[in-house]
Amino acid sequence: MAKQGEIHRVAGPVVTAVGISPRMYDVMQVGQEGLMGEVIKIAGDKTVIQVYEETSGLKPGEKVVDTGQPLVAELGPGLLGSVYDGIQRPLPVLMSSMGNFIKRGVSAAGLDHKKKWAFEPTAKKGDEVSPGSILGTVKEAYMVHKIMVPYGVSGKIEQLNDGSFTVDETIGVIGGKNVKMMQNWPVRSGRPFGKKLLPDIPLLTGQRVLDTMFPIPKGGTGAIPGAFGTGKTVTQQQLAKWSDAEIVVYIGCGERGNEMTEVLATFPELEDPKTGEPLMQRTVLIANTSNMPVAARECSVYTGMTIAEYYRDMGYNVSLMADSTSRWAEAMREISSRLEEMPGEEGYPAYLSARLSEFYERAGRVQNPNGTMGSVSVVGAVSPPGGDLSEPVTQNTLRIVRVFWALDSKLRERRHFPAINWLTSYSLYTSNLDAWYRANVAQDFPALRNWAMEVLQKESELQEIVQLVGSDALPDEQKMTLEIARMIREIFLQQNAYHKVDTYCPLNRQYTYMKLIKKFSELANKAVENDVAVDAIVGLPVRNRLAKSKFEDTIDHELEEIAKEMPIQFETLGEKK
Amino acid sequence: MSIVSKEYRTISQIAGPLVFVEKTEPVGYNELATVTMPDGTQKRGQVLDTSDKYVVIQVFEGTSGIEKAAGVRFLGETMRMPVSQDMLGRILNGAGDPIDGGPAITPEDRLDINGAAINPWARAEPKEFIQTGISTIDGMNTLVRGQKLPIFSGSGLPHNDIALQIARQAKVRGSNEEFAVVFAAMGITAEEAQYFMADFERTGALKRAVVFMNLADDPAIERIITPRLALTTAEYLAFELNMHVLVILTDITNYCEALRQIGAAREEVPGRRGYPGYMYTDLASLYERAGRIKGKSGSITQIPILTMPGDDITHPIPDLTGYITEGQIVASRELNRAGISPPINVGASLSRLMNAGIGPGLTREDHKAVSDQCYAAYAEGRDLRGLVAIVGKDALSERDRKFLEFADAFENRFVRQGSDEDREIETTLDIAWDLLAAIPENQLSRIDRKYIEKYHPAHRKSA
Repeated sequence: MAKQGEIHRVAGPVVTAVGISPRMYDVMQVGQEGLMGEVIKIAGDKTVIQVYEETSGLKPGEKVVDTGQPLVAELGPGLLGSVYDGIQRPLPVLMSSMGNFIKRGVSAAGLDHKKKWAFEPTAKKGDEVSPGSILGTVKEAYMVHKIMVPYGVSGKIEQLNDGSFTVDETIGVIGGKNVKMMQNWPVRSGRPFGKKLLPDIPLLTGQRVLDTMFPIPKGGTGAIPGAFGTGKTVTQQQLAKWSDAEIVVYIGCGERGNEMTEVLATFPELEDPKTGEPLMQRTVLIANTSNMPVAARECSVYTGMTIAEYYRDMGYNVSLMADSTSRWAEAMREISSRLEEMPGEEGYPAYLSARLSEFYERAGRVQNPNGTMGSVSVVGAVSPPGGDLSEPVTQNTLRIVRVFWALDSKLRERRHFPAINWLTSYSLYTSNLDAWYRANVAQDFPALRNWAMEVLQKESELQEIVQLVGSDALPDEQKMTLEIARMIREIFLQQNAYHKVDTYCPLNRQYTYMKLIKKFSELANKAVENDVAVDAIVGLPVRNRLAKSKFEDTIDHELEEIAKEMPIQFETLGEKK
Repeated sequence: MSIVSKEYRTISQIAGPLVFVEKTEPVGYNELATVTMPDGTQKRGQVLDTSDKYVVIQVFEGTSGIEKAAGVRFLGETMRMPVSQDMLGRILNGAGDPIDGGPAITPEDRLDINGAAINPWARAEPKEFIQTGISTIDGMNTLVRGQKLPIFSGSGLPHNDIALQIARQAKVRGSNEEFAVVFAAMGITAEEAQYFMADFERTGALKRAVVFMNLADDPAIERIITPRLALTTAEYLAFELNMHVLVILTDITNYCEALRQIGAAREEVPGRRGYPGYMYTDLASLYERAGRIKGKSGSITQIPILTMPGDDITHPIPDLTGYITEGQIVASRELNRAGISPPINVGASLSRLMNAGIGPGLTREDHKAVSDQCYAAYAEGRDLRGLVAIVGKDALSERDRKFLEFADAFENRFVRQGSDEDREIETTLDIAWDLLAAIPENQLSRIDRKYIEKYHPAHRKSA
């Protein structure tokens, strides 16, 4: 079992080594500079390694050293608020050690190994514990970080200390083994859990089109495909900012550098709507921009998922955003083509579908071994080339995920944001979640949603007629339907992510809006029956007031006023006639 | 270094732009190599693949004339660009050698042309509004410092005029900081190159420009390094000499063709339409070199130009570009035919960094609302044109007619402007307000009441 071999061939990020026989996915140090890489293929005496750093200048004959372990994430206090690259190197640390540009051959630990954390035991000496059991807590920013028994350790607690420790120091002894706060976990394997539960609690996002129309539950999976510029990133960032998960893991996978900067600049300034604390302190960011090494990009989604699962194990609801899974798939394709593998569809490797489903399967709401319940919800952005949804990454993703938010470039052109097409999007979870909506918002919530969808559906049918004969040819009743649909679209579905009031709309307010539009519709239809002109109805000040209300600081008060005002204004219509 | 390195005469295969050399001592990946023909002429290349059996070299100047007897030397380092402040005002060829008859460049530094990724943590947020004086850009698709905003065009469309107008008029208001233009031509015709040069000379921009010229008849493979040389120069000017650099890369389509040519010669598994599977990563390694860095006053703003084959925006080149750049300016054949210049299709265009660069203190408080409203109204008006073609104008409702008229007026007054017309942002917004005033006020759903009261012409007059 040789621990050191030498380079045989270098082609881009793929290095072939000879004279060494490591295990699959072992981490290797490649070349004189010890560049970090991972074994991805073993063929005869040749070992193929994907290298996470730039390989320029690497020569055949240079040494390759086997570290003997797979790529692991360091899990422990200090993750929250961190900004990592794809292989969990903290970017601020990299910047202080190598300046503004990412150079190579620098390793950096995922956690701060010097910082001391105050550990408060919750378990007692003599307790019988098993992997995942909670030993105690550490205050991490304003979150309670639960220290769990690592896998491979179980038995009686022989010793458990109170006090301040670094992540490397022993906090206790269990079954004869020393236990510290940090644990390592190989990123490519899912962390174990007790059992999966049915996802029947919605992940609330404050986005009207998502929460009301196409909800995703805690522990659910969703995809946002769309051509470039349709607002995938903004939608994902909105989810990261406003979703009611306790922990957010945001993976910028092959992202734009400047967009990552925007995230890095805005997140620390944002307040968590529930606690008023900075949002960043419950967020882990992974930024592997498009020009950073492709192999690290391939790995970044696994690093993020492992961190998400770790917090799930403590009993938290975690939402994980991956932007964009297409870049991840392309990284797979790029590596695969360097390996000269037989390509599947459009050059993607044949294992594309398997990798995608493995990844999304790591989502879910689970019962943990320690008795808590936690969840990881995954929302993956997909960037289909040319907006063509029939391409392999989109298709393979859609077979797995259960929520589909279809972004539409037509809507984007008319600045309908979020540009989520209400006719093609779907959520297969609505029936699971309806019971929750009935119990927690209002009995008629599902009915209201169905009513709105029907109006929008009818609108699209009527639009086809309008395209042929013009809207003047329609009877008033149908004209009114078009106007109501316009209200649903403009007032309810459109939401301005950059407006301080409109950016977040709580669920009960979403309900009020629906209710008011429905009310308007009922009164309007009655008025139309009484031969009131459609223009007069649409021209009612209350309609305009409802449209503008979402930008008002006193929005809830405004809505109450509108509810009172609406029937009065409709009555005046009757009088005029 | 080339004096000490060993010369090999072991070329085993020459295919397209590639030369295969056998039985070498260990050679580094991406290392620079020279190929010397028996008559003494030299060509430069770069190592694409290295193993203990053979080394593959991609020759920049093309392989014509290379025979198996040619000698190959490896220079033991990756390609570096000599850079200096004196490069301003100089014209270089696609390989970085002066072609303006001036002296050789005395380097102040020699930098790796592949650069390195900017640590995302080190980036500063781009948010300084660049006023280009073009309404469709300033008003609707605002450019900010550190952004990469390509022009998606088609053959025969005046994308060069748009780029030149931006280069001429671009400024950050109220600042007098040093700026420079780095211009990289990849495979454009001599005529097009002349056009750019003449304009640079006419406006005196040449003094502040570094020009890299790889023309249509220059070796295609050289196009792979031309933009890298240009960006390395830009990085030096921006982050060492603290200048604001505008980089114009034209034409990215030619660059991608060269990339495909190499891929084919290496018999790689092709991706979409024969372009290599790593084209996204490769393009990202160019485009991502735009930006700002915390604590540095310089910046790199990129305007790559690409011609969409067959005006197809879903073609891999514009498609992958759009996924990396922060938006795009799309030139429209339809508008060009209608004689509207610059023919920028605002509907298909987008600036992702616009929201960071506009608003109170940057442009004007009503900017976002006005641009959203124009977008919505223009899109609606354009849709109605299709309807009018079928049923005639008379069948439209009063409301619809207003929107239809808005779309026409928008193209004629807002989009259309002279090539030397440098509009202030206030002028741009006021034109927009004048046009929006034709639409009933209750239909201006994107605009806060307080802005309507402050800026709407009807209220302005009464006030």
